[in-house]
Amino acid sequence: MTTATPDTVSTAPEVKRLAIVPWLHKNLFSNWFNSLLTVVVTAILGYAAYGMVVWGFTVAQWVVIPNNMGLFMTGLYPSDQYWRIWLLLGIVSALAGLSWGMLARNLPTLFSRNVLIGFAVVCAGFVLFPPTRPSSPKLLLMVAIVAAMAWAGRFIGRSKPGLGKWITLLWFISYFIAIWLIGGGLGLAGVSTNDWGGLVLTLLMAVSGIALCFPIGVALALGRRSSLPVVKWLSVAYIELIRGVPLIAILFMGQVMIPLFLPEGMRPDRVLRAVIGLTFFSAAYLAENVRAGLQSVPRGQQEAAASLGLNTPLSLTLIVLPQALKTAIPAIVGQFISLFQDTTLLSIVGLAELLGISRSILANPSYLGRYAEVYLFIGVLYWFFCYAMSLGSRRIEELLNTDHR
Amino acid sequence: MTQFQTETVPVSNNTGEPVIVATDVEKWYDNGFHVLKGVSMTVYKGEVLVVMGPSGSGKSTFIRTFNALEPYQKGSIEVDGIELAHDLKNIEAIRREVGMVFQQFNLFPHLTVLQNVTLAPIWVRHWPKAKAQEVAMQLLERVGILEQAQKFPGQLSGGQQQRVAIARSLAMQPKVMLFDEPTSALDPEMVREVLDVMRTLATEGMTMVCVTHEVGFAREVAARVVLMDGGVLVEENTPEAFFNDPQEDRTKKFLSQIL
Repeated sequence: MTTATPDTVSTAPEVKRLAIVPWLHKNLFSNWFNSLLTVVVTAILGYAAYGMVVWGFTVAQWVVIPNNMGLFMTGLYPSDQYWRIWLLLGIVSALAGLSWGMLARNLPTLFSRNVLIGFAVVCAGFVLFPPTRPSSPKLLLMVAIVAAMAWAGRFIGRSKPGLGKWITLLWFISYFIAIWLIGGGLGLAGVSTNDWGGLVLTLLMAVSGIALCFPIGVALALGRRSSLPVVKWLSVAYIELIRGVPLIAILFMGQVMIPLFLPEGMRPDRVLRAVIGLTFFSAAYLAENVRAGLQSVPRGQQEAAASLGLNTPLSLTLIVLPQALKTAIPAIVGQFISLFQDTTLLSIVGLAELLGISRSILANPSYLGRYAEVYLFIGVLYWFFCYAMSLGSRRIEELLNTDHR
Repeated sequence: MTQFQTETVPVSNNTGEPVIVATDVEKWYDNGFHVLKGVSMTVYKGEVLVVMGPSGSGKSTFIRTFNALEPYQKGSIEVDGIELAHDLKNIEAIRREVGMVFQQFNLFPHLTVLQNVTLAPIWVRHWPKAKAQEVAMQLLERVGILEQAQKFPGQLSGGQQQRVAIARSLAMQPKVMLFDEPTSALDPEMVREVLDVMRTLATEGMTMVCVTHEVGFAREVAARVVLMDGGVLVEENTPEAFFNDPQEDRTKKFLSQIL
């Protein structure tokens, strides 16, 4: 045999891919016990799936979903003002498309096969899925906005890459536009927070909570590591106090006790109180996640920064935090996801967010006993947003990975 | 007149103006260990001083007190005429003038090589970005890393990373460079490329304090070699005398172990 000369290109040995039948034999039916396991598990799963399908097509009465779509999405929001919510959705779609296009500006094709399939599935869903049918033209318009803005974002990102940082500012501004569109004022008819509800309220509270708890959590984490004893012990006390109290107790305190202390007219709005409760609760947990990230940054990094003459604030913002937060992304996004899910607890203190409005729909005599349909529907909605966050965090981790490229 | 002046200008670097003056520095670790037991040392402008000693002798700790990475309890240290008091303003002023190269390189892994080098000039010296990049590119060329400027530290070899670290320190145009065992974490075949850079620096007149076990480097480049052991300065001499004719028993013992 000749030995490979240095200039011949060596390739990794090919991984053999088995055909279906040998694969099945190797992995599922390699001996009598595995074969038995395969058969039993398949039978159980099949039976469950069959039960679900039969229930979904014969027993379930899905009419509760389309008939109450407005309630699910916006709660008791006045229906003549729905255009404001649609406008808001349009703005968010445009910004989402723009951000996507700018982030993906270096990919060879923006609308790859997988993306096109995704678009097709979403559009088909809007047209065919009964609950969305009345609004499908508007929803299809949103998809078109996302696609068009993604294309525009890619174009802008390629010709003027420096504009990328303004996207963050646009998102920031859009938050206040969202509050204005939902709540009214300044020329729009006011809508009391008592009429805010449904998915819109859930998303609004979750976004507000996430945006507010992040800086507070980072500050607490830094405070806990501070060399100033007062700052350190205050941070530790806050974190340990909050982590020792269940969220529901904090929310009840916010809704029931704060109004007792404050005079009438000075009481903050109940949605605001809910957001404050969620924020303060999540900030304590987030602080611990960020602290774990801070501890993962080697001491040498701070020493190197100090030896270059960087003062502590510069060393933290330029060297330590970027590395700490990168490490902590999975834990931080996990905390965001649980904050999003924790908004459901606000139904107990009387807010008509997605779960709360579902409970009032179920209390309507015409939909008596439609628990399974309603809860399955909102479960899918919750899953959709949480999975989107999880996917997003993985993309960010890939983008920030500088170990090997 | 001019004739007279040139005659009085000292020939040896050792009698040039002092850059670092450490007097009776004492330090205890938090656990009570007395690591520096009254160390005095003066570093003169333009000289290369090599500090040797067995591990645990306090040599790294000692040079880390020069830029206040390690606090000390007694004695005084003066860097470039500024007393290194426990005053944050002074400490930051001194750190701007004292470059440091670490055993573990300590490059910033989330920044590119170029960003590593331009960071401090931009944020501490407030140079415009273009100027900082120009200087950085010159330095990277000098240490032979120019073509890697856009890569991340994790993509470079250890020797390359250490050379970037040297360029990063030089970008602040320091008056003194401290080297804390710069080649100890390197694979043997990469030691040389780092020592070559250090040698060039020395011939260009940079004031350097090096904690190192590289005898060849010390013989060739150092103006003085000192031995630290057990938290005290044992012997100080020219490299020739230090390696060929050591006076102290502890120096003899140490040299017999490393040579």
